[in-house]
Amino acid sequence: MRQVAGLISTYSSDEFGICSALYELGGMVVMHDASGCNSTYTTHDEPRWYDMDSMIYISAISEMEAIMGDDEKLIRDLTETALEMKPKFVAVVGAPIPYMIGTDLPAIAAITEQETGIPCMGFAANGMNYYTKGVSMALEAIVRRFCTGPAVRTENLSVNILGATPLDFSLNGSVDSIKDWIRENGMDLGACLSMGSTLEDIAGAGRAHVNLVVSYGGLAAARYLKKQYGIPYVVGVPFGEKFPAMLAKMLKEAASSGKDLVSYRPVGKNQAPPGTDSQNSEDHLAGDRINGRHTGKDADKTRISIIGESIFSASLAAAIELDCGIPTRVLCPLDTEDILLRECDLRTPEEDDLMKYLPETKIIVGDPMYRVLCGKDQRFCPLPHEAFSGRIYDPVNPNLINRKLAK
Amino acid sequence: MLKRIQRETDHPGAVVKIREAAWPAPFKEGLEYSSPARGTWNIVHTGMLIPESHQIFVCALGCLRGVVLTAAEMNAMDRYSSVIIREENVLDGTMEELMIGGVTDVLEKLPYRPKAVLLFISCQHFFLAYDQQQVFAALREKFPDIRFTDCYMIPTLRKSGLTPDQKMRMQLYSMLEDGPKDPRKINLIGSNLPVSRSSELVWMLENGGYTFQSIHDCHTFEEYLAMAQAGMNLFYEPLARIAAEDLEKRLHQPYLYMPFTFDDEELSGAYQRLAETLHLPELDEEPLRKRKREALLAVRELIGDTPVAVDYTLTFRILSLVKLLLTYGFHVTEIYADAFLPEEKADFEWIRENYPEIRISSCVRPWMRFQEREREEKVLALGQKAAYFTGTDYFVNLVESGGLYGYDGVVQLAGLMRDAFLNRKDRKTVIQRKGLGCESCI
Repeated sequence: MRQVAGLISTYSSDEFGICSALYELGGMVVMHDASGCNSTYTTHDEPRWYDMDSMIYISAISEMEAIMGDDEKLIRDLTETALEMKPKFVAVVGAPIPYMIGTDLPAIAAITEQETGIPCMGFAANGMNYYTKGVSMALEAIVRRFCTGPAVRTENLSVNILGATPLDFSLNGSVDSIKDWIRENGMDLGACLSMGSTLEDIAGAGRAHVNLVVSYGGLAAARYLKKQYGIPYVVGVPFGEKFPAMLAKMLKEAASSGKDLVSYRPVGKNQAPPGTDSQNSEDHLAGDRINGRHTGKDADKTRISIIGESIFSASLAAAIELDCGIPTRVLCPLDTEDILLRECDLRTPEEDDLMKYLPETKIIVGDPMYRVLCGKDQRFCPLPHEAFSGRIYDPVNPNLINRKLAK
Repeated sequence: MLKRIQRETDHPGAVVKIREAAWPAPFKEGLEYSSPARGTWNIVHTGMLIPESHQIFVCALGCLRGVVLTAAEMNAMDRYSSVIIREENVLDGTMEELMIGGVTDVLEKLPYRPKAVLLFISCQHFFLAYDQQQVFAALREKFPDIRFTDCYMIPTLRKSGLTPDQKMRMQLYSMLEDGPKDPRKINLIGSNLPVSRSSELVWMLENGGYTFQSIHDCHTFEEYLAMAQAGMNLFYEPLARIAAEDLEKRLHQPYLYMPFTFDDEELSGAYQRLAETLHLPELDEEPLRKRKREALLAVRELIGDTPVAVDYTLTFRILSLVKLLLTYGFHVTEIYADAFLPEEKADFEWIRENYPEIRISSCVRPWMRFQEREREEKVLALGQKAAYFTGTDYFVNLVESGGLYGYDGVVQLAGLMRDAFLNRKDRKTVIQRKGLGCESCI
């Protein structure tokens, strides 16, 4: 049945994705919800909480405030606290109850901005969507609001990283490794949205030559920067030994040609179309795999299945195929678009979908909390995903960026 | 030498001297911060106390996140499942179908047959006015061999009537049914942690020929159901009163409140009431009080004038404990709490009159995120939040009183204080584990 996770965990939600994406930017992020969501996010989904101060708060809405639609209290609390704490911006984030009572969060943000003179943004999250959507909303909003610098390109080829949060990349050094890899390939690092950069860095993101989109959450911001600044984007994460070289080459090609590329799709089929979703484009019909070893026809004989976020997993699949020569497909339970998957990859939003498709595979790569779905004759390779199992596997979450993958 | 009492980072809206503090809530309400100290229990931890039961939460993804990972971190994913509310269920009014279908699917998927299901609903259900009777009737008809009970994750309703904690403690016993009683059996109800077996309370009852049990002693669902046979329920946590009242009404089990006090006279009164009610010989308290005095004086001698900070998660009667410590000469400087129970009023007044400079610090006001968390001098903290906010590795790691009841409880607490003063703990690791006393894979 749909909407049942009888055996496995459930993913982080949109409200927490927003918090995660905005965490390091000096803003005050307020979840408009009862107490509980705040500690949930900070305990399970925010590995920076203990060591890095950030203004993540909750409005602590009560039943009467919800029933009476007491927006005044929220505005008062936001205003008082913002004037006291002096954040660089305020983000007020929706949750299930504000969604149900129809709270107009953008309007509340606008009034708070008027009262405080501090930039405020309202996010119509509702706790019922995946974190991927929240990261996407937050990063798009932040570039729309704060990326206001000139469109003059930097002297050297520079790259922004879009879509980096601990929910997908943990704190295991992966994001630093991506930054190092960019520099090692003779390119400069622009802004990283949203780990390790300031709001001021983001203001200058329009000067980069190309954007590297490392998760679905970075795609909407990339499209905005393309439209506003003409910056092309390349989708992919530099996993493994051979794939990073290919990805680096694509970044340079895109910077030169201005064309958007999905790095792990076959040559000739990898140009991202303009617009928001390529569901009807011909690109998603591509059959050849990145190494040309097998076609869409034998997708059911895939030896490895990776469960996870689309860009992360498809990049890893490409890296495995290039480095190890093993056919690999992605089972994506989260928000994505067809252009971000290959033909052999599948969208699997339900536990039942996974139970249907996993028996076809010999090796399962996924968060350890998927192990329960692994059959006796299958091999399970744990790859922790913060957005699924939270902090549990932080100590053993490997950094696979730009290095040999263990067989 | 004069010492500055208010540090530079103290914020008037988050820290107040007790002489200026309002009763019972010293700080105004507003946006809230959540510190990383996580040792207190939540509804998942509590629900897992029912043996051979399975929990199913029907909630939005955001609400599920904290509970599914609570279950995972306590290595109990095999006793937990989720049914996910999506936008269409809210918009189309299909909550009943989702619940019946979702729970059915879960029960058919599970590799075992639970004897009971704790079905948790959320704030959204209340706002949708879904038909709870229909859902439970349908499930009971489909699965006649399984007992279902309604449980609640409703933080939005925390200020309207019963809190989620109170409701959980009540629902924990909701599957008990009325039947024959054994007057020699006594339950302790409503506590997340078992009472220490060395407490004089246990001795008193067992020496008087009673069998004293709590849910922690039940290893099978049948043993849990047998709690209904007890002739009386005791409770010492104020939050458990509603559970005791419910059991009195449904199961005709009378109850006795044994306040978790640190005051000799109040404790003595409770023991006398217990002795009278159960026809027990009167407890000879003098040797117990002497042992308690000696333990406290010894640890006071060791600790000297080291500042002591205490937080509300350590015990239900935090001000009673602070008064005790002050009476014995401990240098208590800070209390971390945002509200106090009504029964703390007299202790609050006593401290205000005798130690007006003691600081009360909020644990949730926004400024506490940036409160200076390192101290130049050694601090002994009692409780995880106090340890976090004072940045000390010398702390007593205890929540919800740890079952340390009575004179013996104070002796044990003194021992924990001694150990905490002498031995550092890995604060960052220890305080971030959820549900102290449960298994944890963190």
